[in-house]
Amino acid sequence: MEYFDIIFQEVYKILFLLVPVLVSVAMIVWLDRRVWAFVQKRQGPNVVGPFGLLQSLADALKYIFKEIIIPASSNKVIFILAPIITMTLALIAWAVIPFNEGQVLANINVGILYIFAVSSLGVYGIIMGGWASNSKYPFLGAIRSAAQMVSYEVSIGIIIINVLLCVGSLNLSDIVLAQQEMWFIIPLFPMFVIFFISSLAETNRPPFDLPEAEAELVAGYQTEYSGMMYAMFWLGEYANILLMCALGSILFLGGWLSPIDIYPFTLVPGAVWFIFKILFLFILFALVKATVPRYRYDQLMRLGWKIFLPFSLIYVVLTASYLFYFNLLPTN
Amino acid sequence: MIAHAIFFYVFSLIAIISAIMVTVSKNTVHSVFFLILDFISISCLFIMIGAEFLGMIMLIVYVGAVAVLFLFVVMMLNVAQQKNQWLLSEDSSGHIPIGLIISALIFFELIIVIGGWKYKPDLFNSDNLQISSELSNTHSLGQILYTDYIHVFQISGMILLIAMIGAIVLTFRQREGVKKQSYIKQISRERSEGVEVLDVPSNKGVKIDD
Repeated sequence: MEYFDIIFQEVYKILFLLVPVLVSVAMIVWLDRRVWAFVQKRQGPNVVGPFGLLQSLADALKYIFKEIIIPASSNKVIFILAPIITMTLALIAWAVIPFNEGQVLANINVGILYIFAVSSLGVYGIIMGGWASNSKYPFLGAIRSAAQMVSYEVSIGIIIINVLLCVGSLNLSDIVLAQQEMWFIIPLFPMFVIFFISSLAETNRPPFDLPEAEAELVAGYQTEYSGMMYAMFWLGEYANILLMCALGSILFLGGWLSPIDIYPFTLVPGAVWFIFKILFLFILFALVKATVPRYRYDQLMRLGWKIFLPFSLIYVVLTASYLFYFNLLPTN
Repeated sequence: MIAHAIFFYVFSLIAIISAIMVTVSKNTVHSVFFLILDFISISCLFIMIGAEFLGMIMLIVYVGAVAVLFLFVVMMLNVAQQKNQWLLSEDSSGHIPIGLIISALIFFELIIVIGGWKYKPDLFNSDNLQISSELSNTHSLGQILYTDYIHVFQISGMILLIAMIGAIVLTFRQREGVKKQSYIKQISRERSEGVEVLDVPSNKGVKIDD
């Protein structure tokens, strides 16, 4: 009986986390399109519901009622598994994200490594989808995407090391609490910029959306997908973008901490600040999408390996020597 | 404890079955996917014994990087052609004894290692490492690696670096006649270098390129 109680409680907590995440994924798709339209002096989706807020719901309904087509020459098991893996991996990473002090589903010691591991698994959804489609464009898109995600993961990992040097713990709540004096964006501003650009590449957002570059590859790894399976890829992608925004605000923008630690600001609950920070980063993502042209593939690889990787490595050495020289290294 | 045992058996069953499937499955890409499943379930086992850092690093390094490279190589092979019955064909029968000998050797080595570990407790005595139970797994790993075993750690790092440089040297080939784009040139191009305004006489034209 005890087990059932525990399981019931956990399922309740998980639902309480996942349903808001999924709803906000639907909402940020709308926000993304609105910001995009705003920059280009268009209206964007504004018909369904007030301000077009229910547009994503209408889209989801459309996808659900569409027929799922499985290509005859595809590898059927892996073809169906790919969107499921993408979606699952995008959602399970939310388990360790702290929304406020103590408000976290699983407060594990190696939280940041967990997120890093899950996001490095994310590439499999795309490779599997591209390979199982058994068609040229998806395969090319999958190969491109795998190379791109593996390259940018390296620089993200080194940027995370920079932050960890200042914190001395792999726990996400500890990382946020270490920023009470000063947000890490101030001492590590170059790293924040590189993290932002790398997370654009990691989530296949423009200007790094080469895996699905429509002018060259139709839709990349999603070409053969239809109906709900396509929608799952799409939802997973946006859940990943939201996750990267959350990670950025935890690592550099002080997570749930209020910007100024004085009276009227401390009344606002931490979760609200956290959501504001995520939204701020997401609007930056959307503005980048609206303004920057797509990279060429060799430029993308050069940026990842020849610029970001050496620069963040040098910054690790600088941070470590600074902390060591001024005796600021965190102790447990 | 029962739940713990159930999870242990579930993960180890998945690990063993997928390890068998790696060798048995006929499709090479499926083999790699089973290998990934094997890595994942083994990292779950690591996490279950409290070695959370090792488990996560296993996921990041092996699943996130090494297996992706495996997949790259395997996907480039022409899978449709080599899906043949190599094991049943005539040419393979010569290789089977060699494979059997090698696998028997590895099996006995494993037995010796495990047996030696069991009968010689002094060989690896974890008592003198002074792991305090208050420290997290990551902290104690770091303290041991960077103090007691710093030389071994550095030497293994050097060996890896040499292997990496060796691999690059072996595969690097300077080819002649390859056209490359120079970023500096592309970015620093001025209008005066790229465009030339010409007065074109009618019915005569101009010669643009040599």
